[in-house]
Amino acid sequence: MKQEKQRGRKWFAWLPLSLLLLLSGCSENIAVLNPKGPVAKVQYDLIMWSIGFMLLIIAVVFVLFAVVLIRYREKPENADYEPPDEEGNTLLEIVWTAIPIIIVTVLAIPTVKATFALEKPQRHDVEPLTIHVTAANWKWIFSYPDQHIETVNYVNIPEDVPVKFKLTSVGPMNSFWVPELGGQKYAMDGMETQLILQADQPGSYMGRSANFSGKQFTHMEFEVVAQKKEDFEKWVKEVQQTAPKLTKDKYAEILKPGLVGRMTFSNTHLEWVDHAKQNSHHMNNGEHSDHHGNMENDHHEH
Amino acid sequence: MKWSEFFVTGEPLIYAADVAIVLTIIGIVFVLTYFKKWKWLWDEWLTTVDHKKIGIMYIICAVLMLFRGGVDALLMRAQLTAPNMKFLDAQHYNEIFTTHGTIMILFMAMPFIIGLMNVVVPLQIGARDVAYPYLNALSFWLFFFGAMLFNISFVIGGSPDAGWTAYFPLASNEFSPGVGNNYYAVALQISGIGTLMTGINFLVTILKMRAPGMTLMRMPMFTWTVLITCVIIIFAFPVLTVALALMTFDRLFDTQFFTMANGGMSMLWANLFWIWGHPEVYIVILPSFGIFSEIVSTFARKRLFGYKAMVGSIVGIAFLSFIVWVHHFFTMGAGPAVNSFFSITTMAIAIPTGVKVFNWLFTLRKGKIRFTTAMLWALAFIPNFVIGGVTGVMLAMAAADYQYHNSYFLIAHFHYVLIAGTVFACFAGLHYWYPKMFGHLLNERLGKWTFWLFMIGFNVCFFPMYFLGLMGMTRRMYTYSAGLGWTPLNVVATIGAALMGIGFIVLCYNIYYSARYGERDMTGDPWDGRTLEWATASPPAHYNFPITPEVTDLDAYWVMKKNGNGLEVKEEQLKPIHMPSNSGRPFLISIAFFFAGFGLVFKWFTLAIIAAIFIILGLILRSFDDDDGYYISVDEIKRTERLARKGA
Repeated sequence: MKQEKQRGRKWFAWLPLSLLLLLSGCSENIAVLNPKGPVAKVQYDLIMWSIGFMLLIIAVVFVLFAVVLIRYREKPENADYEPPDEEGNTLLEIVWTAIPIIIVTVLAIPTVKATFALEKPQRHDVEPLTIHVTAANWKWIFSYPDQHIETVNYVNIPEDVPVKFKLTSVGPMNSFWVPELGGQKYAMDGMETQLILQADQPGSYMGRSANFSGKQFTHMEFEVVAQKKEDFEKWVKEVQQTAPKLTKDKYAEILKPGLVGRMTFSNTHLEWVDHAKQNSHHMNNGEHSDHHGNMENDHHEH
Repeated sequence: MKWSEFFVTGEPLIYAADVAIVLTIIGIVFVLTYFKKWKWLWDEWLTTVDHKKIGIMYIICAVLMLFRGGVDALLMRAQLTAPNMKFLDAQHYNEIFTTHGTIMILFMAMPFIIGLMNVVVPLQIGARDVAYPYLNALSFWLFFFGAMLFNISFVIGGSPDAGWTAYFPLASNEFSPGVGNNYYAVALQISGIGTLMTGINFLVTILKMRAPGMTLMRMPMFTWTVLITCVIIIFAFPVLTVALALMTFDRLFDTQFFTMANGGMSMLWANLFWIWGHPEVYIVILPSFGIFSEIVSTFARKRLFGYKAMVGSIVGIAFLSFIVWVHHFFTMGAGPAVNSFFSITTMAIAIPTGVKVFNWLFTLRKGKIRFTTAMLWALAFIPNFVIGGVTGVMLAMAAADYQYHNSYFLIAHFHYVLIAGTVFACFAGLHYWYPKMFGHLLNERLGKWTFWLFMIGFNVCFFPMYFLGLMGMTRRMYTYSAGLGWTPLNVVATIGAALMGIGFIVLCYNIYYSARYGERDMTGDPWDGRTLEWATASPPAHYNFPITPEVTDLDAYWVMKKNGNGLEVKEEQLKPIHMPSNSGRPFLISIAFFFAGFGLVFKWFTLAIIAAIFIILGLILRSFDDDDGYYISVDEIKRTERLARKGA
């Protein structure tokens, strides 16, 4: 019985090592640890920095734990031993208060830096691309206000250009997450949040809603396709010329709860409704939003 | 509402549950009638105001709810074992994770802890009952009928399906039109009132009813943690009460507090929920720390190392628990300054917690450690909780949290702190205080089987989830596609969950086995304990202490045993003992609450109003009640004590 206990304890000691092996070895599958853009890279560096300290803490506690249990367990030899009554040890207690304070400090400083840094584009020499993202039950709608195009359930972006995703929702809250490009942010009804992401190289990246929003939430996936700058511009032109126009009726149909496939349009719903404005979702029910008129005028230029 | 909507239909699992419920009720009624136990049930349990019996009832309910929540968990794990499983559909899965979360936190962890509090705290401080025994009974029955109301939702009307956090606007009438979230709002409200009264009751009990000589700094650590927990309850629960009331208005009377239209503010719900929700986590974790402290100290045969620092850290944790709630939604976009502030406050919790871990380790150092089942749970807590704790610090780092939030990384983290913290503590406390509650020990051999099965199963189940989270698997997904590479780790997790389930079955068998064959505790002090509860018989007489003990130091009973004084009951010193009378009113008032709640859930306002009249009537009757309790005569005390000491 005794031996079995010790084996159990030692098994614990393998945990940090296995963690390390898993992290370094088979990380190909692990999206968060495979950053494909500078935002995800900032977060990756922060994560690795913290994991280092955490493994250190785990190692110290586990070793102390194992030593104490093995050394001070009850055994036939120490049958007469009566443990002393210790009240505590001020010096030791100061030490183990100070060490966590130091660790928290060295973690807090880069955390605060990164938290502020992520609110701004990671490079300043190129003009960021703005894309409005609208989450609806249960699909993602992407509007390019400057290009006047709109896509559903996929979004094309140029590589090496910071993309400002302006997030909002028609209905329950969702969270916009593309792990390989960077962390998530909520898309909320009647509000606008901004998430800046950037892809370093062309590729396809999985995105999904990370916040439960009802029955078919699991299927709220989208694809982010990063393209070379020329390819992206070519794609935009093509869409502008060949894709159908989005009508209000068609849009109302898209918003109905349910799943839809990918779609592409040569105009955006922002022309008549912006869900980021409070209570604009009533558009759904056939009411007309106030900014309808102005926006239509703005977009007659071409 | 049509009757076809009243009963949940269409699922074979539900029909099986219907049959099981009806059979169980018939079984209970039959057994009670056949063995003529109705009067016993009423006199001894339903009307009792004895803190020990109330504690036992809390624990029985908690174990039942652990079963319910555990079945929910196993159903979810079964569904996620392989990609594209068709075992549960999306709706059913959504209901199950909602009830799993709500039940495990509010109807399992809380009552388990409150049950242990009830049994132990008055004994530890040398009191004869809590400050307000009648209120205590009312607290329990409100919790009980709140839990029952929540539980019937899955066969009557339909379960809530918006997650245990019930975020708006998803939980509003517009997106959740059924009665499920009405159940959530009303059932939590009813049991929440009970919890708030428990907080007040135990705060007063600990402050006013300690034995002479027991200064605050001589209180056992468990009592300290309960005292601080009560303060948290008193500050946090009113927030839940208000939030749930607003939710109820939104759902029943079409107010617009949290809706999308007319100036409603859905994130207000999230804020209110977590202003209560985060302290709530500490309500279940601080008493757990107390339980571990008692057990570690007892089985290392050493005084708790750094007692003062331990007290300081729980006060610190309690304070910090109120200023960290935004870390539950860093991704709301509140801005980097706000997120940085809450990052730092959250990480700061690691400091007092770290102090506690080292103090436990140094309590063990130079000790003589006995590996009883209770001690195994307490020891396993340390490494497992540290894993949960350090990943908690990682989650606290706002910029990194954007990558962990709502993923299985988060799921793994909070199960590591809540299971390794609270559930291990409940099991540890159950094994430790079981002889005090029932007069016999739980079988150690079966107990160790439970421990190893559950503890290993727990790690096998939840450790892979950290990686699933980093791979991009988000919580509350009811299925996933094969190409994502998530299958192997999900299979492993399901195996772990099954092991935990088997561990639970062994525990239940142990309860049965020990009742029949378990070692009887004749001494009242089976573990060579240090605190006053071990100075009483097992189970204690209903007045607890024939003579109120005098406390001279920390670990009062240990000191008495060493000095050999204060142990004997000197019969000439006995005086009649004043005790509170039983009352059936808390039980009846709570039934009225149940019907009022049921009426609100279905918007049957006539029923709700009639039931509310009964509640008010109960309160009025109580205020004209001049029953001051009764006295136990010296002769009866002598008889009881002689009988109890015969075995020793």
